[in-house]
Amino acid sequence: MTLDELRPDHRATVVALEIRGVQRRRLMDLGLLPGTEVRVDMTSPLGDPTAYLVRDALIALRRSQARAVHIEVHDDEPGRR
Amino acid sequence: MPGPELPTAPDAGPAHGACTSCAIYNSANLRKLGVETGTYDYVAAVAGNPNTGKSTVFNALTGLRQHVGNWPGKTVARAEGGFHYHGHGYKLVDLPGTYSLLSTSNDEEIARDFLLFGRPDVTIAVVDATRLERNLNLVLQILQITDRVVVALNLMDESERHGITIDVRHLARELGVPVTPMAARKGQGVPELLESVEQVARGTVATRAHRVKHRDPRLERAVDVLAGQLQQTFPGLPSTRWVALRLLEGDPGTEQAVRDGTLGDLGRGIAGPEATSARPTGTAAR
Ligand SMILES: Nc1nc2c(ncn2[C@@H]2O[C@H](COP(=O)(O)OP(=O)(O)OP(=O)(O)O)[C@@H](O)[C@H]2O)c(=O)[nH]1
Ligand SMILES: [Mg+2]
Repeated sequence: MTLDELRPDHRATVVALEIRGVQRRRLMDLGLLPGTEVRVDMTSPLGDPTAYLVRDALIALRRSQARAVHIEVHDDEPGRR
Repeated sequence: MPGPELPTAPDAGPAHGACTSCAIYNSANLRKLGVETGTYDYVAAVAGNPNTGKSTVFNALTGLRQHVGNWPGKTVARAEGGFHYHGHGYKLVDLPGTYSLLSTSNDEEIARDFLLFGRPDVTIAVVDATRLERNLNLVLQILQITDRVVVALNLMDESERHGITIDVRHLARELGVPVTPMAARKGQGVPELLESVEQVARGTVATRAHRVKHRDPRLERAVDVLAGQLQQTFPGLPSTRWVALRLLEGDPGTEQAVRDGTLGDLGRGIAGPEATSARPTGTAAR
């Protein structure tokens, strides 16, 4: 499953980035690496871009970027972090 | 808060008598010079993620009023000021915030180019103590290119309020450079920062920056070869290993700068013509 499919208030862990070059670099510099925990914070009306909480900061990703981030959803709660 | 323990050479402080680590003594030796950098012995860069208090640190040391505010991206160009400490002149360069030396926007490029090619004698890496994990990305990238780093662990007041405790000595040991906890807005930690900056600038403390290792020895060899070639093509260019890695990655911007020769201008230009002539006792021969 990819990050664009993550539902609000669910947590997930990044497992892979399916993207290369400058775009991959940008995601890594935003703190998104395999093993990183991520949560949806806010969706804009059309769901693009979406704000994610990553390493204690909010980052905004376009759907096209989020689609490159493969995740594993945590199966506990919604809500808590 | 007690001053940080330096990672190495505990007795390597300058010979100024017994009270050199005493806060009042240190502040009394600071003379803020505003924009009057005049001649100076050392250049110190202030770098870090956006909104970590870089300009606040800059203002505390120079007496200037660089724009400070509670949103990221306030500093968009490099600002310069000066101070005098223990008989030495320092030029301080306040840089725009950046998350990375690798993928960069326009303001970030200003910071990146100065850190890589401006030959600062010391880089003060200002980090947000409440977001240490995020901030360490840039710190580790800076440590790849230079040993002459002091980490200013800022916003300690905020992190204490959030109940975060940081093992500063351990952090300094792992990073291999001095780490000074501070709350720059209240002026806390400024004397300790000055002391560490002086020690790193003058080389009276041995730093040994933590270097991220590349896993493949073939990559190391390729970097060696390319860096050597860059050194020949652009004599005196700093950070050639960093540039070599970008070339191996196929970074289009770096390839272009090598092809059209602008890479060489970066190495020469950034310190500015006045900087080379006005540094009688600097470390230009490094
Ligand atoms: N609580 C607290 N706030 C601080 C401290 N240092 C700076 N600030 C505040 O943090 C905010 C950002 O400070 P700046 O100095 O503008 O940060 P900067 O790193 O220069 O920001 P950019 O230039 O935008 O990257 C301001 O509101 C400062 O007053 C500190 O030690 N403690
Ligand atoms: Mg600033």
